[in-house]
Amino acid sequence: MTLAPERDLGTPAVRSGPGDSGVTPVTVTVDGIPVSVPQGTSVMRAAALAGIDIPRACATDSLAAFGSCRLCLVEIDGARGTPASCTTPCADGLVVRTDTEQVQDLRRGVMELYLSDHPADCPGCLDGRCDIARLAREVGMAAADVDTVRAGLIGLTHGDASRDDSNPYFSFDPAACIVCSRCVRACAEVQGTFALTIQGRGFDSAVSSGGTDFLASECVSCGACVQACPTSALTEKTRLTFGPPTRSVDTTCAYCGVGCSFRAEVQGEGAATEVVRMLPLRAGGANEGHSCVKGRFAVGYAAHPDRQLQPLMRDHIDDPWQPVSWESAIERVASGFRALQQEHGPGAIGGISSSRCTNEEVYVVQKMVRAAFGNNNIDTCARVCHSPTGYGLGQTFGTSAGTQDFESVDHADVVLVIGANPTDAHPVFGSRLKRRNREGATLLVADPRRIDLVRSPHVEATLHLPVRPGTNVAFVNAMAHVIVTEGLADRAFLAERCEDVTAYLDFIARQEHSPEATEQITTIPAADLRAAARRFAAGPNSAIYYGLGVTEHSQGSTMVMGMANLAMITGMIGRPGVGVNPLRGQNNVQGSCDMGSFPHELPGYRHVSRPEVREIYDRLWGVTIPPEPGLRIPNMFDAALAGTFRGLYVQGEDIAQSDPNTRHVEAALRSMDLVVVHDLFLNETSRFAHVFLPGTSFLEKDGTFTNAERRINRVRPAMPSKVGKDEWQVVCEIATAMGYPMSYAGPAEIMAEVAATTPTFAGVSFERLDALGSMQWPVYDAESTGTPIMHVDGFVRGRGRLVLTEYVPTTERTSRRYPLLLTTGRILSQYNVGAQTRRTANTVWHPEDVLEIHPADAELRGIASGDTVELASRVGATHLRALISDRMPVGVVYTTFHHPVTGANVVTTENSDWATQCPEYKVTAVQVTVANAAGPR
Amino acid sequence: MGARHEGLAPEREATVRALAARYAVQRTSLLPMLHDVQEHFGFIARQDVVTLADVLNLSIADVHGVVSFYTYFRTSPPLPHQISVCRGEACQAVGAEDLFAATRTAYRESADTEVSEVFCLGNCALGPSGTADGRLLGRLTVDRLTALIPPGRS
Repeated sequence: MTLAPERDLGTPAVRSGPGDSGVTPVTVTVDGIPVSVPQGTSVMRAAALAGIDIPRACATDSLAAFGSCRLCLVEIDGARGTPASCTTPCADGLVVRTDTEQVQDLRRGVMELYLSDHPADCPGCLDGRCDIARLAREVGMAAADVDTVRAGLIGLTHGDASRDDSNPYFSFDPAACIVCSRCVRACAEVQGTFALTIQGRGFDSAVSSGGTDFLASECVSCGACVQACPTSALTEKTRLTFGPPTRSVDTTCAYCGVGCSFRAEVQGEGAATEVVRMLPLRAGGANEGHSCVKGRFAVGYAAHPDRQLQPLMRDHIDDPWQPVSWESAIERVASGFRALQQEHGPGAIGGISSSRCTNEEVYVVQKMVRAAFGNNNIDTCARVCHSPTGYGLGQTFGTSAGTQDFESVDHADVVLVIGANPTDAHPVFGSRLKRRNREGATLLVADPRRIDLVRSPHVEATLHLPVRPGTNVAFVNAMAHVIVTEGLADRAFLAERCEDVTAYLDFIARQEHSPEATEQITTIPAADLRAAARRFAAGPNSAIYYGLGVTEHSQGSTMVMGMANLAMITGMIGRPGVGVNPLRGQNNVQGSCDMGSFPHELPGYRHVSRPEVREIYDRLWGVTIPPEPGLRIPNMFDAALAGTFRGLYVQGEDIAQSDPNTRHVEAALRSMDLVVVHDLFLNETSRFAHVFLPGTSFLEKDGTFTNAERRINRVRPAMPSKVGKDEWQVVCEIATAMGYPMSYAGPAEIMAEVAATTPTFAGVSFERLDALGSMQWPVYDAESTGTPIMHVDGFVRGRGRLVLTEYVPTTERTSRRYPLLLTTGRILSQYNVGAQTRRTANTVWHPEDVLEIHPADAELRGIASGDTVELASRVGATHLRALISDRMPVGVVYTTFHHPVTGANVVTTENSDWATQCPEYKVTAVQVTVANAAGPR
Repeated sequence: MGARHEGLAPEREATVRALAARYAVQRTSLLPMLHDVQEHFGFIARQDVVTLADVLNLSIADVHGVVSFYTYFRTSPPLPHQISVCRGEACQAVGAEDLFAATRTAYRESADTEVSEVFCLGNCALGPSGTADGRLLGRLTVDRLTALIPPGRS
């Protein structure tokens, strides 16, 4: 694909508010060309739309017009002087001239000033990444004029400023900087971190990361500044190392559920391909040109020497690994699995699919299990994160997915964030949410910790509701109670759109749900809760965004339904700015669930007990799918220990690190006869494996990912598979070797099979995705371009169902021995078990997991920051370093699980969601004691 | 990432917070707060930038940008004696450039005196003007300055 940058129209489009019937159009004439634009559009943008690019240095359409570079001057009939086209709005009938002698003279004069303080030997000007030389040509300066200016009119002011190479991914060379403020504005407007400023004044003005180097500053390394820089002052280090790219591939990030679109700019062909830089795409519906430190920079793991590129085998898990051919490995897997089935029955084996893999890869894995294995023992890592979302939203709305697109939040007036930490875990959405807060939307944050959304530079939640871990349902019931008993419910919506209304209203009005009653349980002051409920009901548009702090509880599914109730009783469903929105943890957790990787559901969330659905697949695959659901992941472990489950295929999930109660998982794995791990790296799980099949990184994959807003995005290979085979191919070959032939010409054919068998994907094809960029399911036919917002006129299930959500306390309680509650989460620079991010320079920001503890709890135990502490639960114990933090409430401690040495899941219990067995990671009673003091105090 | 969690000298932080507490929590309060901090401590330390950023919920870079914009704000402790010489146009017309150069030369060896420039003290009719330890002086000469603040005591 192209190396030409995406078109930049200079200034952003005029945004219309919700309910606006569009912005009034005006017509202007630019250099004789008439152009119609919405009122308020800049002259610069109108000119660009007419095909005329006015020279500019400080303007870009991702940032508000600034008017500082003075290169974009134009003449306007009847207007005095030569206004800057970026800051001049179009009025009807304006006649603009962009190329008169007067403006050309002025531009050349301005350009001379820039050139006089720009290094004559600027390497960026020479290789094209710095715009200054190009701009000089554009304003009509001959090379000789440029040389004359550079020979020293004024002399370099910034020429001797020293480079800042502290950030691992980009370098800042102030000598090349023209102080246009694009980086400063990108950091503020796009990312919302405000880590950059202009330091000093006049000739001494310089871009500064706040008086320290970039690494020590508030910078979160999202790279928006690098992208915004028109010169080579801010440049990716990979660009400096490798030089310019030779080709590009548009693809989708493989980290979190935001699913950002990127252009991978690469050099070389085949196995020798190097990634020069990852450039977020403005055309990407999910990210609109933004990215975070992981997606833009942390892709080096794909070429890490730890990558296992050859299949490995061994007879016993204590033996050393032996490299083998693909043929031997596949033969061993197929014959081993068949032998186990012969000895122990068809249900003795199963598979686990991965939310990190493409839809097509997941589809073939569940097909292999259902058609070749002949059982429904297929589960997915979504079991341990968002399975309650699937269940809860399915029960209430009829669709196991979030209701909105990300853009919807730009129309929200009130945003309730529950158990999610978007600025760390979903950074690109976090930036969007922060921007909406700066624009005036009210933030209500329900979280035990004082996360960044509660208060950080230029962001402030109206209310922080510090809900005690494990009491979410009591909290959401109290919200609904206030709304119902204070007469704030949307009765018309309930009457028209919902069912089981009376029973629910009677239930929720009970005194036990009042904020005064639940205050003892949740620790949220009743007055705050009442204020939050009233604010939420007032809207006019109120949206709920949530994460694993909702789902990973014994009442995870109940809480999802409680939030659905809250949205329904306030009528906050079915239009922009509202809705119930899970922030999906993994890039393709939505897609992997869609593809039928739960043991009870065929693709499209259709229960295996439905004969008419089974028949579709029975006929197509030529098999008979059992009507009973298969084993869930925790059942697999239990059955393994009981001796009935003997063989497991695991794709892209390190269950021995990520699943709860590590000891139990390890014992189960150890008891099996054949464990097959299909992954990028040898990991904790592969310690118990007999066969290791090397997998492919997203840079090698061809297929689709589906993000949290149900957006199906294309993943395109920037390089061929480093291991010789694609993952879907390996799966097909295993099935074939087991006697069930499976083959596809390619991933497009797999998606065609999904579309042919699944109504919600009926209109999806690679061809259409390539043409449209992306589509949000449901896409019921080839006419539809997708469904950004769901349940607009009616719920998918007909009427929205209000489910009674009784609060049942978790059995995991604090006691004298285990007086603290442990909860877990993610940090910005790292991702889940860290298999990828630990193998990148992101470790400079998070070299190890730490235990955050409130100062009072720390003092009581004689703990200082930096001490090694023992973290013990009823299940197990581990050691890590303490960090005293007043972000924590008293009685609650917090850690991440990015590093295997931490063993955070050694302490987590086997409690799980009653409906889906999603583990209760977020609540573990623990004790913390000093193991090793950091030093003299 | 994590720039906010550095340890601060607690007493100084408490004083800065107390000084800041006299103003409304809004961005426009930053300048008067900075003036008060400089008046109290003689300079604005890095940790005061961090504290005021937190008080006003601004970024550290925001506050740093403001502090660095104004030459009046200083970020290191002042020496005991302060001399400033006006270099505004009116004073220039009556010899301020030579006076400034001569003053810098006179105090070059002094370890306890800082010489700085200022642009207009509003005392144009009596130029060249300057200040010595905060006291406004007209018809200024190097001799008058050295009489008030003897140089060369390094």
